[in-house]
Amino acid sequence: MEKSKAIINYDKAVIDVDKVSKSFGDRQILHDVDMQLFEGENLVVLGRSGTGKSVLIKLISGLLKPDSGTINVLGEVVNDLSERDLMKLRLKIGFSFQNSALYDSMTVRENLEFPLVRNKRNLTRAEINKEVEDVLEGVGLLQAINQMPSELSGGQKKRIGIARTLILRPDIMLYDEPTAGLDPITCLDINTLINEVQERYKTSSIIITHDLACAKMVADRMVMLLDGRFERQGAFSEIFDTDDERVKPFYDYNFIV
Amino acid sequence: MGRKINNLLLEFARLHRFLMRFFREVVSPPFEFKEIIRQCYEVGWKSFPLISLTGFIVGFVFTKQSRPSLEEFGATSWLPALISIAIVRALAPLVTALIASGKVGSQIGAELSSMNVTEQIDAMEVSGTNPFKFLIVSRIVATTLMIPVLCFYVAGIGLFGGYLSITSKDDLSLLSFFTQVFESIQMIDLFAMVLRAVVFGFTIGFASCYVGYYSSKGTEGVGIAANSAVVASMFIVFIEELLIVQLLGFITPLIS
Repeated sequence: MEKSKAIINYDKAVIDVDKVSKSFGDRQILHDVDMQLFEGENLVVLGRSGTGKSVLIKLISGLLKPDSGTINVLGEVVNDLSERDLMKLRLKIGFSFQNSALYDSMTVRENLEFPLVRNKRNLTRAEINKEVEDVLEGVGLLQAINQMPSELSGGQKKRIGIARTLILRPDIMLYDEPTAGLDPITCLDINTLINEVQERYKTSSIIITHDLACAKMVADRMVMLLDGRFERQGAFSEIFDTDDERVKPFYDYNFIV
Repeated sequence: MGRKINNLLLEFARLHRFLMRFFREVVSPPFEFKEIIRQCYEVGWKSFPLISLTGFIVGFVFTKQSRPSLEEFGATSWLPALISIAIVRALAPLVTALIASGKVGSQIGAELSSMNVTEQIDAMEVSGTNPFKFLIVSRIVATTLMIPVLCFYVAGIGLFGGYLSITSKDDLSLLSFFTQVFESIQMIDLFAMVLRAVVFGFTIGFASCYVGYYSSKGTEGVGIAANSAVVASMFIVFIEELLIVQLLGFITPLIS
């Protein structure tokens, strides 16, 4: 399915990552990484497993702290924020986890209500119900409202996970491996949903993946993380128009093998 | 060696931060009343069957084992007084704490650890919710409130077990049994029981939450957290029992 043309404001960066480094013990994951996400854009971050893609979005959402460099999100420097200000900023950032991270002791309805009732305390019961049902309808899973996460398939869990983040109407969406572990048809559904979210909710998104079909379908721009650095960026064809031995097998595996 | 000492100090620092954060969060709004009530139900109500059986057996067996010693001196009529002091002062809080360490501690440790592994705690954090308040504060408050309640219940059911043990050989009415029980218990004994139960309840909640919240990722971490929660809770409970006995031994003569 062809992606419709997104309205992107290249004059306004909603995320600005400036010379960020991060290590775990003796192992340096990110080396002076620079990256920008523009308003309205779907940016795909490609890279092999273990190259620090997920670490990057955890740094952006303040779940991890960088060793050096600054991360500016919607005009605020994440690494300088107090816990209280960080919580406020996070309301504008939706985070879709690789394994969905649904609260398994709660029903789908309770999962969606959870962030809503804690962050919008003046809502009535009727308003909460409407919000939950609207968002579930948006991801096509209204019928699952009273189900437990253990009763859902992998693709349904992903959709509910995305719905849970959308319920707070975020400006930015961070997707961590949205198609990992899913069959090709469900992958297609999730990719379509990512594009629909961009269109309907006017979000700017970072999509972490190593699934090139997903990347090709959802990306307005791509960057490739190689050895902890962003060394290539541009459109799909620009990224893979190279003889770089670190990049070629990536393409070959997805489209030739 | 230097690295080990460094790690130990870092662990103490983290423990201290966790404790301070609990005291800060427990008094600051918003309060998670609904979750506290749910946890009270999990800790208290769901432990009742196990606690009932254990409390009854402890009272019954303790009385049965004490009888021969008193029989030697023809003092079996002292059995109600003896068992009431033993149960209220020591057995009820300790048995409740040990059973709760196993049942509640392992449950909290495993639950928080698996939430950690599946990124559910991170998911709460990024959705603008304070996971510490929702998950940790509610559980520690629930154990601190419910262990004393369970402790009183264990004391009651243990005494009833003792009564049945006595009446298997002697003729004694329930009314005269409990009259003797209440005559032999002093206010300081009840105070000591509540003190122990509150301290043990806090300890079980705190230790289990700490190991669950900071468990290592991976399924192995879940098992380790459940196990560590039980071991750490029981170990600290025994140390606290020792300290409380010393403390009460010091203050009881001053009060009386």
